[in-house]
Amino acid sequence: MLAFIVRRLLWMALVLFAISVLVFLIFFATPGVDPARQMAGRNPSAETIKSIKHEFGLDRSLPVRYGLMMKHMFITRDLISYGSHTRVIPEITSAAPVTLSLVFGAAIIWIVFSILFGVAAAVLRGTVFDPLLMILALIGISIPVFWLGEVVNLITQSRLHDSFLFSWVPPLGYTPLTQDPFMWFKQLIFPWLTLSVLYIGFYARVLRANLIETESEDYIRTARAKGLSERRVLFRHTLRTSMITFVSLFGLDFAVLVGGGALLTEVVFGLPGVGLLTFNSLTALDLPVIMTTVIYAAFFITLASALVDLVYAWLDPRVRLA
Amino acid sequence: MAEPLLEVRDLKVSFRTEDGIVRAVDGISFTLDEGEVLGIVGESGSGKSVTMMTVMRLITDPNVIYQGSIIYKGRDLMGLSRDAMREVRGEEIAMIFQDPMTSLNPVYTVGWQIEEQLNEHNDLKKGQARRRAMELLAQVGIPKPEQRIDDYPHQFSGGMRQRVMIALALSCNPDLLIADEPTTALDVTIQAQILELIKNLKREFGSAVVLITHDLGVVADVADRILVMYAGRIVEEGNKEQIFYDPQHPYTWGLLGSIARLDRPRARRLTAIAGQPPSLINRPQGCSFRTRCPQAFDRCRAEDPQLTAKVGDGHLDACHLSVEDKRERRDKTINPELAETA
Repeated sequence: MLAFIVRRLLWMALVLFAISVLVFLIFFATPGVDPARQMAGRNPSAETIKSIKHEFGLDRSLPVRYGLMMKHMFITRDLISYGSHTRVIPEITSAAPVTLSLVFGAAIIWIVFSILFGVAAAVLRGTVFDPLLMILALIGISIPVFWLGEVVNLITQSRLHDSFLFSWVPPLGYTPLTQDPFMWFKQLIFPWLTLSVLYIGFYARVLRANLIETESEDYIRTARAKGLSERRVLFRHTLRTSMITFVSLFGLDFAVLVGGGALLTEVVFGLPGVGLLTFNSLTALDLPVIMTTVIYAAFFITLASALVDLVYAWLDPRVRLA
Repeated sequence: MAEPLLEVRDLKVSFRTEDGIVRAVDGISFTLDEGEVLGIVGESGSGKSVTMMTVMRLITDPNVIYQGSIIYKGRDLMGLSRDAMREVRGEEIAMIFQDPMTSLNPVYTVGWQIEEQLNEHNDLKKGQARRRAMELLAQVGIPKPEQRIDDYPHQFSGGMRQRVMIALALSCNPDLLIADEPTTALDVTIQAQILELIKNLKREFGSAVVLITHDLGVVADVADRILVMYAGRIVEEGNKEQIFYDPQHPYTWGLLGSIARLDRPRARRLTAIAGQPPSLINRPQGCSFRTRCPQAFDRCRAEDPQLTAKVGDGHLDACHLSVEDKRERRDKTINPELAETA
């Protein structure tokens, strides 16, 4: 167990290093990309560009520049954004709770509903409800999240806002949980629902397919031959083994969202999260911010894949290491 | 005579398919007494597994159609509610399946899986189920059961897994044990061990056993009585001596002729029954076996032979040939080379 954790941590460090080098090279070593020119404004003089280059250390050699950036990011933690000239680390640490709140809530909703729909569809196979649920899931997958978000906003913030149904909906934005938990919940409930729709549809379909596949396994027949109730066969035998795929998918999707993948939802609902930060830094070619958000995302993704491996081993003893 | 433990009466099992109705089991009747070992023999698709799966009511295919009755201890299993049937399954009738590699759930320990069944049918205290599971594992010959009880199925070999399956099946002292080709997926030395184990445990637990196999060699040792099935019907029924020493149906001759034997001069090649079993959707007119039967004559095409006693004393067969003809002809099929030299 300890060996597994140590191995995983070393692996994570290696992945993070590789990603940081790759991102650095893409944005600095690519011809035609010059952050100094970008920062200098319209028609800058050669002098201005030179002084900016010097100020930000852009005139040093690539490895030194990479080393400096890493030092500012991890050791002195005073990396300065090219765009807003503010410190990057506090920007990330203030954006992260917003994204985490959004993704955690949505994940709970999508786990509960996708299991509910997936199991219902598998159990009701042969009836009209199964194709109905699956069509519903397909619609959920197909609806673009920004469109759905805008429609939700249109209804709850504008058209029906004055009706008794949605008069409680607060204006768009984010209130920290520690400041006003009820407000936090009210502002996030629609983003949660909107973000989870796609995943509910997707996970319900995957789970249904896995359940049906597992249903034909010999050990399910054995479970029935033991005289177990259908409910017990379903939950203790069929569902348990079907969750293996579900969990591995979940880990990675969750990590991608925490790492900034919920960008569209954040933009539509005005949530100042990591996705929004990443998006803005990319459009401004603000390398320190890009670098930091990418490393932040990579950290969560590698962490999640390590956790998935752990849960996977718990779910499936066959992959457990001796 | 006492009431039989199990009586199957004119059982028909069909499946609706796009091509038509497949009559997998087409009107079979048999009885099984307490403590008796019945071998059901036939090639793949002859309906032997479907018959016993039906007895357990384990067929989940929504396109299945049943007819007939299955009387177990005076109750018709076909008429039982799902919950009442659950009480029977695992507790009174238990089943061992063909492939031990896939018949156990890979994510639970073998002990957990045995305890689950024990707890389902008995009110046991926490430690009791575990102790009993350990006893069972010891009884089926698993070394160091106190350690192995916490192992997962993938940590066992095929033969050991089949032992676990047997422990699972016997955990609630069933009156009837159905073994569906329990040795087919195992190699030969392990096959013998597993058969020996079933034989011994049968004595110890006093269960009746239905042993389904396509290998007459397997039932030769264990079974009291043998049913030979072909294309969803019983073609011959008799006790072990009758089937092996006085086989009446040409299909049985073919099966006997296909066994590789060490006590006879070695044949140049193993003999097989020519041809394929008939379609179960459009059964040929007359005898189902006539298309593959070297002995077939006009009457076989015209008239479907019924399962009747011709040589007496519980020895039934479904063939139009006269007993004398059969006795004269059968050696050619069972052992052609021996017949030539004689």
